[in-house]
Amino acid sequence: MISMEALLASGLGVVTATGVYLMLRGRTFPVVLGLTLVGYAVNVFIFVMGRLWTNANPLLVGEGPVADPLPQALVLTAIVIGFATTGFVIELALRSRHESGTDHVDGLEPKSGEGAR
Amino acid sequence: MNAVFAIWWQHAPVLSVVLPSLTAVVLLLIGDQGGMAAQGGSHDVGRLRWRRRVALASALLGLVLAAGMVWRASQGELMVYRLGEWPAPFGIVLVLDRLSALMVLLIYLVALPVLWYATGGWDARGRYFHAIFQFQLMGLCGAFLTGDMFNLFVFFEVLLIASYVLLLHGQGRERFRMGVHYVVLNLSASALFLIGLAMLYAVTGTLNMADMAIRVAQLQGENAVLAQSAALVLLVVFGLKAALVPLYFWLPGTYAAASAPVAALFAIMTKVGVYSIIRTHWVIFGADAGPSALAAADWLLPAALTTSALGVLGALAAHTMGRLVAYLTVSSVGTIMAGVGLFTPETLSASLYYTLHSTIVVAGLFLLVEQMAAQRGDAGDHLRPAHAVREPVLLGLMMLFGAASAAGLPPLPGFVGKLMILQSSHGLAAQPWLWTVVLTVGFFTIVGLARAGVIVFWHVQPAPSGGAVSGGSVKLLSAVWAFMVLTVALAVMAAPVKQYTDATATQLTDRAAYQRAVLGDLGNSTRPYTGDR
Repeated sequence: MISMEALLASGLGVVTATGVYLMLRGRTFPVVLGLTLVGYAVNVFIFVMGRLWTNANPLLVGEGPVADPLPQALVLTAIVIGFATTGFVIELALRSRHESGTDHVDGLEPKSGEGAR
Repeated sequence: MNAVFAIWWQHAPVLSVVLPSLTAVVLLLIGDQGGMAAQGGSHDVGRLRWRRRVALASALLGLVLAAGMVWRASQGELMVYRLGEWPAPFGIVLVLDRLSALMVLLIYLVALPVLWYATGGWDARGRYFHAIFQFQLMGLCGAFLTGDMFNLFVFFEVLLIASYVLLLHGQGRERFRMGVHYVVLNLSASALFLIGLAMLYAVTGTLNMADMAIRVAQLQGENAVLAQSAALVLLVVFGLKAALVPLYFWLPGTYAAASAPVAALFAIMTKVGVYSIIRTHWVIFGADAGPSALAAADWLLPAALTTSALGVLGALAAHTMGRLVAYLTVSSVGTIMAGVGLFTPETLSASLYYTLHSTIVVAGLFLLVEQMAAQRGDAGDHLRPAHAVREPVLLGLMMLFGAASAAGLPPLPGFVGKLMILQSSHGLAAQPWLWTVVLTVGFFTIVGLARAGVIVFWHVQPAPSGGAVSGGSVKLLSAVWAFMVLTVALAVMAAPVKQYTDATATQLTDRAAYQRAVLGDLGNSTRPYTGDR
């Protein structure tokens, strides 16, 4: 029987690896996608750093164990900041595409470098 | 008046964060049509004048507040400001100690002349320059004052998102190209920051820096290993901000692409990385942190010395003056980090003095370079022969002053700072390495700047006919002079400044006093939450 911890850890690993792979691509769109995926992985990572809980109240209600509330608050902050920065980076990528005429992250098409400046 | 003073006395740390953010809101409300004023547009000229007045007044007030905080910190007071009166470690605290006060003062010493320079025309070349500038100041002040790790992350994001926009100010293809790199790199660093933070939270159960310091010292076995990994993850994050080897490659291109006032303000951004490394690796992972003590010591010094050496090599190879100054920034960060990485109070004190000096010199050089480039026609800041600048004597002397100051020639404060770093390393195992690198780097800094000076001032071609280039405006040059006066003041007042940094270093090593001040005598502390009530 696979434990929940192992499942989550490997899942996070796969998502992070995918995100890093995408971030290393040469076009801005995959890079933005990669950043988003890494952001998701990090958010879940923060969340599980308060340990995994089953059958626990999310809030201090009644008897019984309660899940650690602090990572939930942290992850909310991280999600909000992540949304804002993702929005910004998409807009920036679009403007960069508009200014340079290519969506390559270096602002130059790899093969046709001459005269592009 | 007394009532105002009483409010400041009670709320000093938070006022320094609130002031720029409120100013930014006011500036947003004043509005910005953008571009109109530059073309002599109608009623936006009046608004532009108001934006400038409000921004300058706010920066001036901020400088006064910062000076007041330094005065209070120099009395030895460690002021803890509990936001919403939540007791630490449960709520967020702002901590005003000598280091924070000094860094906040440094922000405003740089920001005020830079803002003055920007009102000479740069602020009209895009929209909302002043508002974003104030948000940047807010993020910087908050990052230097907070006593909570997650709050540090939040203020990092505030200052970063403001810096993304400032970097793009004035627009243009090169800025967008470097902007994409800068933003993506910093977003990845933020992800790493969160990972490091979450790991630290998992083993310590707290985010308050003072409480974390207590918890980390008690960790044993595999938890201590986790904490050390988190410390090194954070070192990578802050190393990227500070531009340490191998994480500095983004800096030269980015700073060279930014408009001059923005690049000059960014001179302080690398110091945020330096500050955060000092905070985490001196206060949390300091010498008495049990098995996790000095987790970064093996990495910091070699990385710092390599940074210094590679930075100056980059300066030698630079093909534009902007890149030259940017590489000097990298090199100076290396020298600063060497003092931090030796982990003795004496070297830290010397490094702090050198931080003040190098930030001010680099900021001044960025502005000066643009003034020189403006008088060289098409060549701009490219290091190739062109016609002579219009005011060779004035600019030449200023360049000479800045170069001598950056390289560390006596009697300018660069010399004092480097001498302090060399002297403080006396008797340490790393002394030969440090001396070799610092002295060689100083020499090559002179060579690099002399090369630039020779090309710009002596290697001149006849001016094209009819190309009447105007001289630099007194207003713009006065900002550069302000930085030079500050440099000289730093040299003249070396003794009191050194006393202050000495006391700062001592205060940083006294972790028990810091913990007592933040957590109170009750010793409130948390533990990793495991479900028991």
